[in-house]
Amino acid sequence: MSTPITPEISAPVLPVRARSGVWPRLLRRRLAVLGLVIIALVVAGAVFAPWLTPYDPNEQMFDGLTLEGAPLPPSGQFWLGTDLLGRDLATRVLYGARTSLIIGIVANGAALLIGALVGVTAGYFRGWIGSALMRFTDLMMAFPALLLAICLAAILQPSLWIVALVIALVNWVQTARIIYTETSSLAEREFIDAERTIGASTPRILFRHILPHLLPTLIVWGTLGISTTVLLEATLSYLGIGVQPPTASWGNIIFENQTYFQVAPWLVFFPGAAILALALAFNLVGDALRDILDPTQRGAS
Amino acid sequence: MSVAPETGAMEASATNRRPAVGTATPVLDVAHLSVTVRGDDGEREVVSDLSFSLSRGETLCIAGESGSGKSMTSLAVMGLLPQPAARISAGSVRLGDIELTRLSESRMCRIRGDRVAMIFQEPMTSLNPVLSIGRQLTEAIEVHTALSRGQVRQRAIEALQAVRIPEAERRLTQYPHELSGGMRQRVMIAMALALKPDVLIADEPTTALDVTVQGEVLELLRDLQRDTGTALILITHDMGVVAEMADRVIVMRNGAMVEQGDVADIFSRPKTDYTRELLAAVPRMRREAGVAAPALFEAEAGGAISNPVASVSDLKVRFDLHGGFFGRVDRRVHAVENVSFQIARNETLSLVGESGCGKSTTAKAIAGLVPYAGDIVVEGRNLSGLSRTDRNAVRRDVQMIFQDPYASLDPRMRVGDLVEEPLVVHAIGDRTERRERVADLFERVGLSAGQMDRYPHEFSGGQRQRICIARALALNPKLIIADESVSALDVSVQARVLRLLKDLQREFGIAYLFISHDMAVVENISDRVAVMYLGQIVEIGTRDQVFFDPRHPYTKRLIDAVPVPDPAHRRAQFARLDREIPSAVRRVGEEPNRVTLSDVGGGHLVAA
Repeated sequence: MSTPITPEISAPVLPVRARSGVWPRLLRRRLAVLGLVIIALVVAGAVFAPWLTPYDPNEQMFDGLTLEGAPLPPSGQFWLGTDLLGRDLATRVLYGARTSLIIGIVANGAALLIGALVGVTAGYFRGWIGSALMRFTDLMMAFPALLLAICLAAILQPSLWIVALVIALVNWVQTARIIYTETSSLAEREFIDAERTIGASTPRILFRHILPHLLPTLIVWGTLGISTTVLLEATLSYLGIGVQPPTASWGNIIFENQTYFQVAPWLVFFPGAAILALALAFNLVGDALRDILDPTQRGAS
Repeated sequence: MSVAPETGAMEASATNRRPAVGTATPVLDVAHLSVTVRGDDGEREVVSDLSFSLSRGETLCIAGESGSGKSMTSLAVMGLLPQPAARISAGSVRLGDIELTRLSESRMCRIRGDRVAMIFQEPMTSLNPVLSIGRQLTEAIEVHTALSRGQVRQRAIEALQAVRIPEAERRLTQYPHELSGGMRQRVMIAMALALKPDVLIADEPTTALDVTVQGEVLELLRDLQRDTGTALILITHDMGVVAEMADRVIVMRNGAMVEQGDVADIFSRPKTDYTRELLAAVPRMRREAGVAAPALFEAEAGGAISNPVASVSDLKVRFDLHGGFFGRVDRRVHAVENVSFQIARNETLSLVGESGCGKSTTAKAIAGLVPYAGDIVVEGRNLSGLSRTDRNAVRRDVQMIFQDPYASLDPRMRVGDLVEEPLVVHAIGDRTERRERVADLFERVGLSAGQMDRYPHEFSGGQRQRICIARALALNPKLIIADESVSALDVSVQARVLRLLKDLQREFGIAYLFISHDMAVVENISDRVAVMYLGQIVEIGTRDQVFFDPRHPYTKRLIDAVPVPDPAHRRAQFARLDREIPSAVRRVGEEPNRVTLSDVGGGHLVAA
């Protein structure tokens, strides 16, 4: 046991990288920038809608329909065409962004938050509290989501915020299930034991050591949830318990017009494309964030 | 170098029960083999220009530390290199007269298993858990032969009997989880040898096994090889296993062969510095190193220790197993039963025993990770009676270093923050003071303060274990529990980490509870040793008492089973287990027999 044999690799395997903040690193990724631009455009469109379009979203225009009463295809006057009642589609899509953004971000965010809290609590503490929470989650999962939403919406006066609440209450279950599984396997990992031996408190373990590891999953579920919640809102509007007409949302524009898909495809195509673009944009940003926030991924790109 | 043997001659010699070692025609001939792996920064050579040949009935050991390319070599021979990243960039691998490197995958499949077979390290993961042993064994035979169902079954039973598995017929219907680790590894060997391959590659076949089981498996491999004439390539980092098994040895480092030679030459007259250093780093038991037993054991280590750092009395840890219709507790694992010991200041007490004996559970109970019954007194304070805050204060005195330095550091935190964390948790100092202390600790354990901003994955295994040590030291503990803390490290790194631990003990007067299955390491570091078997301590005494005068049969077996890193001391027969170690699972209400320890002199306690 005398001289050391191999020098332990003292030089780092990876070249030393500048440890800059999240923003600069996010802006260095082309796809993430594309996502950010789309999100910014949608937000700007929603906020500045009254200044961006000469029409009122609920105004039924006489020249918005053909003489036979059919909607008009996209033209110089109506950029995205008009709908069955002769309203300007572009205007409705812009105003609809307000509803859809609130649903997609607030309702979806709330669902994510509830799911994460339930999942982490059940996964870390287990025991009776874990069992109780997870059985409740199973119950919610088994219950048809739409039926629950209809019940809730029927009891409460329909309004945008109530719809957001209903969607949050329906959508948290999948997140809870997945976060539960991940947390319970994380809690078994040796570094969590190591934290406990140094005397770290439970909140410290949960927020400093477990939550960061759940971030990738939360980001993926969050971005996936945007399109599902926007569409769920549409379903609720269609059933008459969502956002009340004539208020526009991307979902209810599609539902109002889906039966005329063959004669007036633009009525479904444009709001559909908007939902897709928004979900995709969040997905791109989320993916980039996930990579940036994971120190072990560095150098992979 | 390339030789084309006549197949007829090979078949003829297969009937020869005892082929001469090192006959002229090699079975396997590897020439100028290079393997490259494609990574982020282009292609990297992991094996470079390696040549060796293997004769019938010969055992070739490839020894080297992690990253030396020994596993890559075996995968290259098997045609199992991880795709698409790794490839053979140059050289040839000839099996008899077949060039393996140019073979298509479908033809390689026919050779794999039939003429070249492989055993992997982890018997737990290399068997499919949802298929019965019989199904997996017969499948291997069916693929390569045209035998009828009954014949295949017969062949499978014979294969199991050959590896000395009792009740072979019944085993066919069992599933992997019903067998112990040693049994599973024997099933793997049976699968590999069922088709009587020309070459068997065993990649660390005994690393995951207990020493007594390791001895058995090695002996089995040796006997089977003698009977079938299979050439064996044994890949290992354990120089004890090399000395025990090899005819010839290749020492590898960083993908290249450092030295090749006869086993006796390698051990007695190593030609290169690296081999010399590698051998020097191997922990040896003094008994084998020729140190005479100390004449008399001084009474210095007499029974009672005054003012111990920690004292454990009647510690019991049991885990409930739920069964039955309503999930009631019907059985319990008696992991730790009535364990008592004391640790003096500045002392190293080792707990040894085989997997499942309860040594790690004991450590976890003292570290506060599992609920227990009995008394644990640290610095005069009994942990069981304390409030949460008081217990946290005691926590500061007891720190733990875990086995796997890869798993015990949060991969998403910078190492500086990880070492600082204990100070933050216990609200010691302000930010700058803490950073200074962390920098000090980094220097103390042999890292540089400049590395504080890195993440754990940027360090090697030995460096990570140093980070864990720095973290454990941060609170100036009185007792550090080291749970198999050097087992996952290469011998040279292991030697340096052990030296660091000893230095720190001298400097800070820390006591260690050192938990290990490696008897040689234990002998090198301990002041006192306790041997655990089935949750109870069966022998405890000073190091010399336990190692030079083992009284309990289990202690004797443990010590005898350790392979000696000296080919001149090869054993004719290994310590063999007469039976599987009984289970620690008992029905509710069924109490285990409590062993009583009696003093055989000088504080050396042995179970009656």
